[in-house]
Amino acid sequence: MNELRAQLQEWRAAIERRLPSWWPRALAVALIAFGLILPQLFSVTSNFVNTEILSLTYVMFALGLNIVVGFAGLLDLGYVAFFALGSYAFGWLGSGWFYKAHVHILVHAPASTIPGIHLNFVLILICAGIFTALAGAVIGVPTLRLRGDYIAIVTLAFGEIIRVFALQGPSLKIFGMPLTGGELGISGTDAPYLPGVGMFSQLNIRPWYYTIFALVLITLFVNLRVRDSRLGRAWIALREDEVAAVSMGIPLVRTKLFAYSLGAAFGGIAGAFLAAYTTLIDAGEFQFGFSIFVLSMVILGGLGSIWGVVLGALLLANINYYLIPDVFNSLPGDLGLNFNLTDLQVSIFGFLLVIVMVLRPQGLVPERRRKLELTRGLGETELEEPGTSWAGVEPGEVVQ
Amino acid sequence: MEARSLPTRTASSGGKRALLAIRRAAGRWGLVALLLAFPIYFGAHDLITGYPGYAHGHGTRVHDLTYLGTNVVQGISNGAIWALIAIGYTLVYGIIELINFAHGDVFMIGSMTGVSLWSAIGLGLATSTLGLVVGLPLALLVCMLVCGALNVLIERVGYRPLRGAPRLAPLITAVGFSFILQNVGLLWRGGSTVGVSDLIRENKSVVQISGVVVHRADVLSIGVTIPLVILLGWFVSRTRQGKAMRATAQDPEAARLMGINVDWTISLTFLIGGALAGAAGLVYALYETTIWYLQGFEAGLIAFTAAVMGGIGNLRGAVLGGLIIGCIQQTIDARVGPQWTPFFVFGLLIIVLVLRPQGLLGEETREAG
Repeated sequence: MNELRAQLQEWRAAIERRLPSWWPRALAVALIAFGLILPQLFSVTSNFVNTEILSLTYVMFALGLNIVVGFAGLLDLGYVAFFALGSYAFGWLGSGWFYKAHVHILVHAPASTIPGIHLNFVLILICAGIFTALAGAVIGVPTLRLRGDYIAIVTLAFGEIIRVFALQGPSLKIFGMPLTGGELGISGTDAPYLPGVGMFSQLNIRPWYYTIFALVLITLFVNLRVRDSRLGRAWIALREDEVAAVSMGIPLVRTKLFAYSLGAAFGGIAGAFLAAYTTLIDAGEFQFGFSIFVLSMVILGGLGSIWGVVLGALLLANINYYLIPDVFNSLPGDLGLNFNLTDLQVSIFGFLLVIVMVLRPQGLVPERRRKLELTRGLGETELEEPGTSWAGVEPGEVVQ
Repeated sequence: MEARSLPTRTASSGGKRALLAIRRAAGRWGLVALLLAFPIYFGAHDLITGYPGYAHGHGTRVHDLTYLGTNVVQGISNGAIWALIAIGYTLVYGIIELINFAHGDVFMIGSMTGVSLWSAIGLGLATSTLGLVVGLPLALLVCMLVCGALNVLIERVGYRPLRGAPRLAPLITAVGFSFILQNVGLLWRGGSTVGVSDLIRENKSVVQISGVVVHRADVLSIGVTIPLVILLGWFVSRTRQGKAMRATAQDPEAARLMGINVDWTISLTFLIGGALAGAAGLVYALYETTIWYLQGFEAGLIAFTAAVMGGIGNLRGAVLGGLIIGCIQQTIDARVGPQWTPFFVFGLLIIVLVLRPQGLLGEETREAG
């Protein structure tokens, strides 16, 4: 087994040596081009493109959570809070929900003619981002003094509290109007209108696809830039050793709160987009399971590894929304068995998590820095596995 | 210079010391004060404003503490179930520092096994008292065995291979197992709450103490929990295996060097935790007379809150936390509405962690030393 692994590593190193230095960029351009062409190959209401819209939204969620869990090492089990708050930001600012208000900013008919608060789609996304960033900081404050698993529990508790408020919203009044739609949901959200594209609708889902594609690209860009910035390095330093990082002059409070805020902002924007796309903000969706789903994407891909997280999110979302319910659903029936695959969806998902974690606990595409920690670790592992422990990095090479 | 700066320095350090003392007092007593605020507020409310009493006809308001007493009795009996589950969390966290997300679902499987088992051996509403006295302990025993074995299996397959892995990896396998068990429950008993036969007539009154009615369900849950907790306390503090468990929880490496079979000890911990969850499952089915596949998720969150509140890794803390959470839950259920209970339970959890992260009785984990 170890020999095989060493052999594979050797081949990989050989391939990497032969590739020209610009190949990552070429690959990125090719992937973006592929992403742009993809919806053109399917019909305008294709179920596959619909799944990909959801998958890309989850990529955005996962990249946001990766900032908190992957970069800053703060285990957040209440990420659903930001999905909920982002969605409600859209519901409040982009529908007739607050029917007593008459606010219209840069909106097109018919939204400009009905009562309620109606903001331009892009403005709502920005507002959702700011709103959830503030909420992220507020949720982050009580966790500052806590360590590891306690952070997980506090964030989980916040997620559940926000769910209670979402469910009980109809009985909470502000200015005589209910706060949320509870389980009936806030429906009738405004269709986004962008100049040049026109009104978005369910009859042609390509504009939705390109919108979320652009949002994901922005998220990726921000993630990549932030990771290598002073702030990103401060997060990683805090993750590795809080005491050492603080004694080196890293401001603990600000750095941690920035991680919560930035992660929350991406979650909020993705949540607002999802609310716009599904045109319904239903409190029943904001369950703990969502937080776990997104966290699984992050851990499956590899904590802190941006490309791994993208891969993990695409994989899990496609398995959950496309492969199991649509592609393979009738498979047991075709084999003469008396059940549908969707009956087993949850446990298939569970099995996948268990198997992948047992076989590859570091994730599919581990972050380089983390890979080094895992394999290098303490002195004794080096003694046990000489040769393989340096993971292909020459001594003295600068690792970023 | 030296002499002049000295007094100010001592003064400022004195002020700091006072501040520190206040903070320490807030840490030690703030939480206790907060917990006492609940019964005091509701008790005062009952005595002054009163509550509608139906026994003396509509429209009358009663000014006594019976209502609060009822809340507390039901809270303690319900909390006894949470305590059994919380012990499982706290044992596992104490020994391998893992939040065992699958634990609540093991409890759910315990409920379902119990219900299926007692129908299989023919217990029903028509069964005589003698039949119940023989049958239910048997069902309890089998439930405990099944859930204990299930928990050991989960540990063997999902957690043991990940001993040296990053800390989040076993958490994710725990979530995976939680999903698998929920799916099993869903296929087993369907997607909605299922009523089960009320074998013990749980609503019958056993004894009435100045208006506070103690039901059979209360007696059952307390009667099962107390012996189990005493047995566990004896096991952990007095036996050789218990000693091995404590040693492993403190320092697995040193325990290994001392000749303790660490893997076996961890398996034993999971066996005990699972068995208690199984017992809780059967009691819950008799107590609530409904079961459903997501009960484990809810109970798991509540029980974990209880474990953290009492001080994670601490057995007495888990029991105390369970009882407190049970009381709060029943009081809020009855007075504010069950839909707001999660808000109070989780809000309290956040306050506990902010004021006193080590819990009421102090945590007993490796990091805490």
